[in-house]
Amino acid sequence: MDLRLPSKVLEHIFSFVDSNEDRNSVSLVCKSWYETERRTRKKIFVRNCYAVTPEAVARRFPEMRSLTLKGKPHFADYNLVPDGWGGYAWPWIEALAEKSPSLEELRLKRMVVTDECLEKIAASFKEFKALVLTSCEGFSTDGLAAIAVACSNLRELELRECIVEDLGGDWLSYFPETLTSLVSLDFSCLDSAVKLSDLERLVSRSPNLKSLKLNRAVSLEALGSLLRLAPQLVELGTGSFSDKLDQEAVSKLSQAFSELKQLKSLSGLWDVHPEYIPLLYSVCPRLTSLNLSYATVQMPDLVELLSRCSNLQKLWVMDLIEDKGLEAVASSCKELRELRVFPSGAEDLDETNVAMTEQGLVSVSEVCPNLESVLYFCVQFTNEALVTIARNRPNLKCFRLCVMEPFSPDHKTQKPLDEGFKAIVEGCKDLQRLSVSGLLTDKAFQYIGTHGKKIRMLSIAFAGESDLMLHHLLSGCESLNKLEIRDCPFGDTALLENAAKLETMRSLWMSSCFVSFGACKLLSQKMPKLNVEVIDEHPPETRPDSSPVERIYIYRTLAGPRLDMPEFVWTIHKNLEIGVSNLAIE
Amino acid sequence: MENVGVCDEFVNLKATELRLGLPGTEDGCEEEKQKVSCIKSNKRALPEPEKNNESKTETASPPKAQIVGWPPVRSYRKNNIQTKKNESEGQGMYVKVSMDGAPYLRKIDLTVYKQYPELMKSLENMFKFSVGEYFEREGYKGSEFVPTYEDKDGDWMLVGDVPWEMFVSSCKRLRIMKGSEVKGLGCGV
Repeated sequence: MDLRLPSKVLEHIFSFVDSNEDRNSVSLVCKSWYETERRTRKKIFVRNCYAVTPEAVARRFPEMRSLTLKGKPHFADYNLVPDGWGGYAWPWIEALAEKSPSLEELRLKRMVVTDECLEKIAASFKEFKALVLTSCEGFSTDGLAAIAVACSNLRELELRECIVEDLGGDWLSYFPETLTSLVSLDFSCLDSAVKLSDLERLVSRSPNLKSLKLNRAVSLEALGSLLRLAPQLVELGTGSFSDKLDQEAVSKLSQAFSELKQLKSLSGLWDVHPEYIPLLYSVCPRLTSLNLSYATVQMPDLVELLSRCSNLQKLWVMDLIEDKGLEAVASSCKELRELRVFPSGAEDLDETNVAMTEQGLVSVSEVCPNLESVLYFCVQFTNEALVTIARNRPNLKCFRLCVMEPFSPDHKTQKPLDEGFKAIVEGCKDLQRLSVSGLLTDKAFQYIGTHGKKIRMLSIAFAGESDLMLHHLLSGCESLNKLEIRDCPFGDTALLENAAKLETMRSLWMSSCFVSFGACKLLSQKMPKLNVEVIDEHPPETRPDSSPVERIYIYRTLAGPRLDMPEFVWTIHKNLEIGVSNLAIE
Repeated sequence: MENVGVCDEFVNLKATELRLGLPGTEDGCEEEKQKVSCIKSNKRALPEPEKNNESKTETASPPKAQIVGWPPVRSYRKNNIQTKKNESEGQGMYVKVSMDGAPYLRKIDLTVYKQYPELMKSLENMFKFSVGEYFEREGYKGSEFVPTYEDKDGDWMLVGDVPWEMFVSSCKRLRIMKGSEVKGLGCGV
């Protein structure tokens, strides 16, 4: 009796499986399930663009409609990856243009995207609907014009914190009058002013527009007219919030804001003048997400604003809010799930806000039962505070603490923060992402290795004492997927001893540690499925094998050593058998 | 062996760990007490920080011994905050405020305040101290701390000595001094 389900039935069943994690599991069951699954998967996530070739992806997933790609390692955000390292979108776009012309959505993060890429997209994908570029660079506003003019079904165009060569605001005027499908437009990272009348016309002919994020050059007055044309907005990123407006303009703007009945998310708010904050009061009660991290608003005004945001779930703010402000926020915003506090004096530690300490975070952890994601920059911390936070919020999933002075001990007891982080990993059993800081000995990492069983991403800087720290992590953290470490005193031993672990992880970044070139060579030779990239200004071969290298980026791959390495990236060639497996594709 | 590197790094960082504050904190204290200058104008005489103290402090703090990529803030964010600072500097009147004994400086916008009492209140809140009562001839009484400022001419003055508008236009930076250093000065009026 043939117990196999006909593939049509399987296909139908799989069409209900959305999550790619589940789909990956499905494809491992047997050959026929693998085959059926791959023919029906539409949304593909490749979280390391060098882990697999574009041809392999296109071949495996003939029905691909949406591709998400990530390029550079996370520490590239902090200038630790030299320019020219890689992460080029071109090979992907070129391959997909040929093999997956029905592609509709492309989401790229930390990749180098050129105008050529954008022109190719515009020319090759007739059904193209969505382009989302996060932390990308390499293109100019000319490339945007190419997309605007050609993609007649465009729904989403989002540039999130990209570095764009700004040749002017004309690009927006290239959207044809026939384009009425826009749902989301984000050009907040561009400098030049776009032509207001063209923007207004674009907005008025986009009845489905739900998300609009303007750049700083859009004035307060212009904002008013745009809001009147799009009262259906769910997400708004304002432009500059500080022109001088007369009474009439102010009341018109106030009226426009109060018409935004669907608004849930607010951001932008550049240069907010305290006088205009009350304009936002009418939308506050409905807001679930508020990004004030670019608004240099002082504590009293922040508190006044936030006291009206009873439904807020996500708050990004600067440390200008101070402990007192956070305490007030905690009591007004009980639905808070995610809190990020950024430093207002980022470059100059001497200008850091003194009134932002561990106390603020403790208050929020006490009062907000749903708080599960934290990013917190501050000047000092204590073990006691960490213990309290862990006890209050065992449901934390993401905890990123940055005590800005490296090696800062508990400021009350002068002890390392080992015990505090122990409480965090012991208490928060679902913790998936952790960034540690402050003075930490190897013990802290022993605790993390012992208890941090669900941690997938771990970031470490200026911590630990020896190879033990790395050993604890690699041997203990079962779910570890991404590890990034800088300026820590471990060498080769732990790395080599735990080499097998590295194939179960997406990537490992180590910089300014004491890992030698010899160890890198050994690792590369023993582990065929890993790319071991040594990023060093000076050719490592000219130095003894035992000398440490500047930066190492290790990642699992099916594609072998990449061919687009610049002269400062060194890798050891080896023979590879390339087989098909699920490692690279998630 | 491998630990040496870290210790070095640690030591280096400690060496560049900045006890920031204007001259007059810890290091410069002794020199301060000796200097009393009677000035011809009706500026109240205050211990004028020695110029080499100032340059000492400044060379001790090179471009903040910048650690690459630390604190971990995206360049995009850093650039946008910087630009904002520069722009707002044009609009407001931002001056640095330091307090003897406190390791960090603050910055305030003088244009936000309308008169001295508001400014005083704000400083008191910021640094958690109380300023005492101001007397025209005797200066501040009844407080451990005294607010002073450096004016356009480089002279150190007591906050409150000149009319508010003049103060706002001439103040370059503020320093909250320990009262003990200001006592006993009487000349110059």
